[in-house]
Amino acid sequence: MDLVESYAQDLGFARKRITRTLLALLLGTLVAFPWVAPDYMVFIATLVALSSIGVIGQNLLIGYTGQISFGQAGFLAIGAFSFGHFSIWGAPFLVALVAAGIMAALAGVIVGFPSLRLKGPYLSIATLGFGVAVYQIFVNSEVLSGGRSGLAIAKLKPMLGLSSVRYEYFVYMLLLVGFTWVTYNIVSSFVGRAFIAIRDSDIAAEVNGVNLTRYKLLAFALSSFYAGVHGALYAQVLGHIEPQIFNILESITLFVAVIVGGVASIEGSILGAIFVILVPKVFADFREMVPMVYGLGIILVLMFQPLGLYGLWLKTRLYFQLWPFR
Amino acid sequence: MEKLLQYSFTGLSAGALYALVALGIVLIYRSTRVLNFAHGDVATLSTFVAFSILSNGYGFPLALAGSLAVGAAVGIGFYFSVLVRAQREGANLLGMVALTLGLALILQGVAVYVWGAEPVSLPFPISSTKTYRVGVVVVSQLALATMAAGIVGGLLLYLLVQKTRLGLAMRATSENLMAAQTLGIPTRLVLSVSWGVASALGVVAGVFLAPALLLDPFFMLDPFLKGFAAAVLGGLNSLPGAVVGALILGVAESLTGAYLAIQYKNTLAFVIIIVVLLVRPEGLLGKEFKERV
Repeated sequence: MDLVESYAQDLGFARKRITRTLLALLLGTLVAFPWVAPDYMVFIATLVALSSIGVIGQNLLIGYTGQISFGQAGFLAIGAFSFGHFSIWGAPFLVALVAAGIMAALAGVIVGFPSLRLKGPYLSIATLGFGVAVYQIFVNSEVLSGGRSGLAIAKLKPMLGLSSVRYEYFVYMLLLVGFTWVTYNIVSSFVGRAFIAIRDSDIAAEVNGVNLTRYKLLAFALSSFYAGVHGALYAQVLGHIEPQIFNILESITLFVAVIVGGVASIEGSILGAIFVILVPKVFADFREMVPMVYGLGIILVLMFQPLGLYGLWLKTRLYFQLWPFR
Repeated sequence: MEKLLQYSFTGLSAGALYALVALGIVLIYRSTRVLNFAHGDVATLSTFVAFSILSNGYGFPLALAGSLAVGAAVGIGFYFSVLVRAQREGANLLGMVALTLGLALILQGVAVYVWGAEPVSLPFPISSTKTYRVGVVVVSQLALATMAAGIVGGLLLYLLVQKTRLGLAMRATSENLMAAQTLGIPTRLVLSVSWGVASALGVVAGVFLAPALLLDPFFMLDPFLKGFAAAVLGGLNSLPGAVVGALILGVAESLTGAYLAIQYKNTLAFVIIIVVLLVRPEGLLGKEFKERV
């Protein structure tokens, strides 16, 4: 039975006992994972955790608010380099992380302003232009990018007697869980409803009292904050950044993750992040196949499974819920 | 003054190629309302086909014809096999953008797989070192050929769109799809022709750009983005706008390189996009489709 008796209950994250059990199981697996898996797998899981944050942010913008942005690599670069400079100046990890996110969010607000006038294809071109412009500015400006050798970032000091790979994994997973929780709350609050209303029809949303300016800018700021954090965490993991990392392909990869994972779903974003991290690893010996797999992935998903991997999971779940009566 | 003229001319010849790219983008956008992110990659793939034909010892006309055929075939094939289905199922803007992006990624993969990621140079019959002197301006043979290609391509497109029955059908279809269908225009065929012609224009640009740049699977990315910028500058649904925008962009870029800072030459295009979109989102000559609530 799934009887909702109050609004608070309706907003509740896990309403049914089975959901709570599965959630606990999932969290348990995440905690146990680094103790059983080899270091390499733990490292990949760390990468998945950090990209998931970026993909969730991108999904807030593309999937929930319906603003197509191809400039995500620009925000990644801004986040990563702000993080790099702040940590070189001696800021602690969390402070530098938040600062990186805020810098990216400021850039997001600046890019968001044109979004108020632009729609659909025009916005995607403008953001694409932004991404490329940021890339070229970083490539050409030695002050920002630390010159030809890039910026070196000190590794995190492991605490609690953990090995450095495991420590990084736990920090990143914790951040991912935090971001996921926050995003769930954003999406199910009035803010999320405003985003969805803008996506479905911005004129109708405005007529119904959604402040378009405020919410579009908020969507941009939020998503670029996530992207900045993604960039910062990526910089931390790599330990060394140069502007060439954040090229247009990086934006496209995030876009692929959103589409393949499933638009407008948080679980889907995480699945999408897993997809774009695992595909290059699986095809490590056939690197030229990676774009092909991405491209086929997008086209197949859009033609046969518009909700992406998350839609696949929903179908599987439905099958087992109805089993054997179908 | 000489410097100004010289750089303006270089800019015009680059602008001619941007115009070809931009015309393709605009042609597709105004007929199917799809922003074709695969435009550059179709051109790349076809240019590689031309490369293969040339390096097997066949002549340039055959190579050009072969690459045009491949480009048009990819465009038409994509339209019929993917886009028609997607539109029938009511794909939204995001879906269509993503589909063309998917095509772009696949073509990129194919190009890397077949021809490798190493840059190669296209054996081209027109040299870029042979120069002529016209008044005070020094013109390379390649620049002249590029310009000629741009003018011929643009002119042929103009004749097709404005002077033929097919062109009339194309204009009618892009004006109002429903009404065109009711009047008995085979819209699907007409739209597929638009895709084919647009891809072919991109291929011409690719083939003429390849000798100036080196040929690698990503060499069209930059010209493609410039073509985008030009299309936005001129107005995404105006064919003359695309040409005007491309020429302005080409000259502005060349002059920036000459007088301001060479390393920010490429950034200029994107600054232009953002400024134009802020000041006049429909572009210089464009008229945006009205939205009904």
